Amino acid sequence: MTSPKTPSKLEKILAAGHLAVTSECGPPRGSDIAEVEKKANLIKDHVDAINVTDNQTSVTRLCSLAACIKIKQMGLEPVLQMVTRDRNRIALQSDILGAAAFDICTMLCLSGDHQSFGDCATGQNVYDLDSMQLIQTVRHMRDEGKFLGGADIHRPPQMFVGAAANPFADPYEIRVPRLAKKIAAGAEFIQTQCIYNIDKFEDWIRMARERGLTEKVYILAGVTPLKSAGMAKYMKNRVPGMDVPDEVVQRMADTPKEKQAEEGIKICIETIQRLKEVPGVAGFHIMAIEWEEMVPRIVEESGLYPRPAVD
Amino acid sequence: MIVAKQKPFEEIVDMVKDADKLLIVGCNECVTVCEAGGKKEVGILASALRMYFANQGREVQIDERTLERQCDHEYLEEIRDIADTYDAILSLACGVGVQFMAEKYHSQFVYPGVNTCFLGATEERGVWTERCQACGSCILAVTGGICPVSRCAKRILNGPCGGSTKGKCEINKEVDCAWQLIVDRLKALDRFSDYEKITPLKDWSTDRAGGPRKVVREDVKL
Repeated sequence: MTSPKTPSKLEKILAAGHLAVTSECGPPRGSDIAEVEKKANLIKDHVDAINVTDNQTSVTRLCSLAACIKIKQMGLEPVLQMVTRDRNRIALQSDILGAAAFDICTMLCLSGDHQSFGDCATGQNVYDLDSMQLIQTVRHMRDEGKFLGGADIHRPPQMFVGAAANPFADPYEIRVPRLAKKIAAGAEFIQTQCIYNIDKFEDWIRMARERGLTEKVYILAGVTPLKSAGMAKYMKNRVPGMDVPDEVVQRMADTPKEKQAEEGIKICIETIQRLKEVPGVAGFHIMAIEWEEMVPRIVEESGLYPRPAVD
Repeated sequence: MIVAKQKPFEEIVDMVKDADKLLIVGCNECVTVCEAGGKKEVGILASALRMYFANQGREVQIDERTLERQCDHEYLEEIRDIADTYDAILSLACGVGVQFMAEKYHSQFVYPGVNTCFLGATEERGVWTERCQACGSCILAVTGGICPVSRCAKRILNGPCGGSTKGKCEINKEVDCAWQLIVDRLKALDRFSDYEKITPLKDWSTDRAGGPRKVVREDVKL
């Protein structure tokens, strides 16, 4: 792929041909920014960039942008997650500029979970834009240096633009065309849904490869360590678009309760090790939900440590 | 058609409880088809209210009328002579009819007897589903005749989102994923390649976002 277009550390790592490692940090349900600092400190030496979720599962939290600014001020690389559920095109552009003002230069464009899952189920959703159109919007602001309204932006945002992909959602036949569509819209990196069904993921990325898509976009494979057999079952049955094969649930269930967390970490490491060898996989996105302290170990035991240095 | 659902009886009672003389007005159009506010429902509601007030030991005169339409001056005029003889009018029309009634008889209390739900169709007897949100700028030509604005919970124009599972929406396993339907239909029409065309940012100014809307046709004005 081409040389970096933005100051994004994630882009530089990927462009240099390293397997990138990102992780995420969910902001607190309160205003104590020290909680963000604490989570970021747990993982900072083991990841290249830290995604900050945007009111994930539609539960109201400290805003992603504020947490990203904190992480940036710690000298780390935040990935601003932005959903189109809660903001119209005025607010989205405004928040992108807000991020750019603090030299936050990596973002992930998402549609977001429906508000009925969260703590404001009776609220409105916005969806002025969808994730595809948000990608187009950021690229337009960056590449043309213009607002959607046509006016020039003084100091346009230098965003490295990412999108999500779920290789497991339905309908399956559009999973690769949908990836192609996101790339056409302007996505430069992809972070995937958590992978438990490795065969299906490999099938998806093979088809992406055959279409030449892995030459056009960096794909970071998403992994989430399972904490318990209960979590495996919950993910399988209750989380939309999640594919947890029976054998994974069974493996967790067959493990004595006190050793299940350990088994979950083991599965996660095995997944990364297998996917490291898959052509088209450009890195890993480790989503250790409220289990950030496990990230260093996963990174180390997967052979992804130390992290490379870039300018 | 406009699909409506009758309000809970207690809510209706609470609105009209102070009236001694009440006129219940049905509408012979959409709310008749969706069995929320036609002549039949006017009759049933009137009986229920009479029984309720009788049990309360109150003498309330409740009269029934059903007009051809409540969204038309012509038909609303039919109650001109009697409207102001009532303490209140309970309209079982959609929100349009209720408002038009209130505009016409502006010194009269006009209450809504139904909740106006959506623009939809009759799936089967007793089941109505949404098909249109009147966004004012129809995109059905590019979505295989299936509307993501009204049928996708996120009204996503380049779907589906990651929550589509086995053809159903993430919000409810009873709800079809509009984008699954669109993909299926594009395939059936041999237009699957159209899926990869990006639908650009929508101009929502013709939707609710643009403020109250108006259609003026000079060519048909009298």
